Order: sequence, then structure tokens, then C-alpha cells
Amino acid sequence: MAKVIGAVDISRERCKGCNLCVVACPTDVLALQAKEVNDRGYHFAYAADPEKCIGCASCALVCPDACIEVYRVVEK
Amino acid sequence: MNIEDIKRSENKVYSRPELLNDSPMHYCPGCSHGVVHKLVAEVIKEMGQEDNSIGIAPVGCAVFAYKYIDIDWIEAAHGRAPAVATGAKRLSPDRLVFTYQGDGDLAAIGTAETIHAANRGENIAIIFINNAIYGMTGGQMAPTTLEGQKTATTPYGRRVDLNGYPLKISDLLARLEGTCYVTRQTVHNPASVRKTKAAIRRAFENSLKGRGTSVVEVVSTCSSGWKMTPEKANEWMVENMVPFYPLGDLKNTAE
Repeated sequence: MAKVIGAVDISRERCKGCNLCVVACPTDVLALQAKEVNDRGYHFAYAADPEKCIGCASCALVCPDACIEVYRVVEK
Repeated sequence: MNIEDIKRSENKVYSRPELLNDSPMHYCPGCSHGVVHKLVAEVIKEMGQEDNSIGIAPVGCAVFAYKYIDIDWIEAAHGRAPAVATGAKRLSPDRLVFTYQGDGDLAAIGTAETIHAANRGENIAIIFINNAIYGMTGGQMAPTTLEGQKTATTPYGRRVDLNGYPLKISDLLARLEGTCYVTRQTVHNPASVRKTKAAIRRAFENSLKGRGTSVVEVVSTCSSGWKMTPEKANEWMVENMVPFYPLGDLKNTAE
């Protein structure tokens, strides 16, 4: 069966840590940094569990600051 | 397959809209404005109208909309965006002309301009962000504030006997002969974002084809004004706003 693998690129400095992408992700890939902050002081989002990503782009669709880019590969 | 192999340009399925400028948006974290800006930029690019669009920026939180989307903009006086759009569209009938307004701009100070532009059937698209509050000035009561909703000026909740009823202005606009498409959408989850994008596209096509006024109301959140986290604000919106402002097409004369 074909396997879908995805990856996300999150702009660390553009992210405002609103958490909406974390909520939207169906496979619980994303999380907010617990301690680290970006230059503007936000706990930015990152791929905490990148193996699980299916490249559905749900996170990117709901991101208000357009800081997520999504890649997808179908492995046959 | 390692992550570097996946992150190649040929595998990209979602990227930042090209029409969005590099400047970071001034909106609060989780603000619906950002999502709608992104959709407007995507739709204009997909329609190939980037050199043919005129946006009318409002007064309100979206006052700096012209900084974020790389098209031609006119900044209107508070509430007067539909009047300015009327002028722009009448002088350049081939252009895609749209206004981008919040509920304070469209449903309070600009009610007259909005209703008369729609009643004249001006060939413009109106994007209406309804977050039931005056976000920019610090969370005061707006005409669209729900009954019982707490704001800076209604600390015990909006009272109907004192403050009147929340205004469903899209329902009012849908009754007018001049409107061709009136719809109400949200942007709180991926499915609703896709639907809103389709609605914006339809509204823009109506403007280009001269079918009349199109209104896309986006029921939105204001996490700062509502004093909630963005996630909680979305939940509150679905529980409280959506029952009062039901989603879907209120009018579509093309169908």
C-alpha cells in the first residue's frame, strides 16, 4: 500500500504561538516550544513528532500568519 | 526517506501565498484576519488578477490590510469603503474591486454606505469580518455583540432592553434586490477555511462579471477582545456565535 509521508517547515520568527496548528493537526505532530521563545517572545510551534506527519496541510490552512509550508511524498 | 529528501520544492503542497508581503502582520496571535488575508491573496493569485485588483481597506483592525497584500489599495474613511469601492468600480469597470471590512466599519458607522451600495447593486465584493466586538479600540460592544456577551462597555453582558438586539446585517443585505450572493462562513478549522476560500472566489468572480454586490461574512474570533486563548475563542465562537449567525449561503442568484 502506498504510504504518504509529509514534512512541515515552520517559520520560527513569523510564528506567534497561537496554538491553532497544534489543535488542527490530526496526527499530533506539532507542539509549542515549552521554554524556548523566538525574537518576539512567542513560544513558537515546531514539529515535535515529525515522523507522524502525513502532509495534509491542515496546520498551514488554519495558520493566521502563513508561517507553515508543507511537503508531501507518496511512497509506493 | 529522510526529512531533507521530503523537503524539496517538487514535493511542496502548501506554501505561503506569493501575494503576501514579507512584513509580519500586526494582528494578535490566532486572529481570524490573518487567515482571511491569506485566502484573499491566494484567490487573487489563482484568478490571475494581481494586477487588476483594487482593495478598499477599512478602519478597524484591518486598517493596515494594504501593507500585507501586494495589490492596489485605497484606504477609505471609517465605514465609507463601499462608497469608495463604488467610485473605483464605476471608473474602472473591468477591475476586481472589493472591500475588506470589520463589523464596526460595516455594521455600525458604515451601515448607510453598505446598505445603499448593496441596494444599488454595485458590482463589488464585500468581505465582512464579524467578530462581535470592536477589536481595535479595546473590545467595546459592537452592533453584532451577542445578547449577554461581556465586553469592555457591557461588563455585565449585553442587555437587550438597554442596548438593543444584535444586528444580523447579512440577512438584511440578502433581502435587497441589488445583492447577488450573500454567504456566511467561518475560518476556525481546515474544512471551513476551504469553504470560505470558495466563497471569496465566487464573490470576486461576481464582481468581475458584473452580477451585483456579493457579501462574504466571515464569523470570526477576537481572542484578545473576548479575553480567551485562540483555541478557546474558536470553541466559544462555534458554541455561541454560530447558532445566532447560522452558516451557509443566505442568497445566491446564480443558482
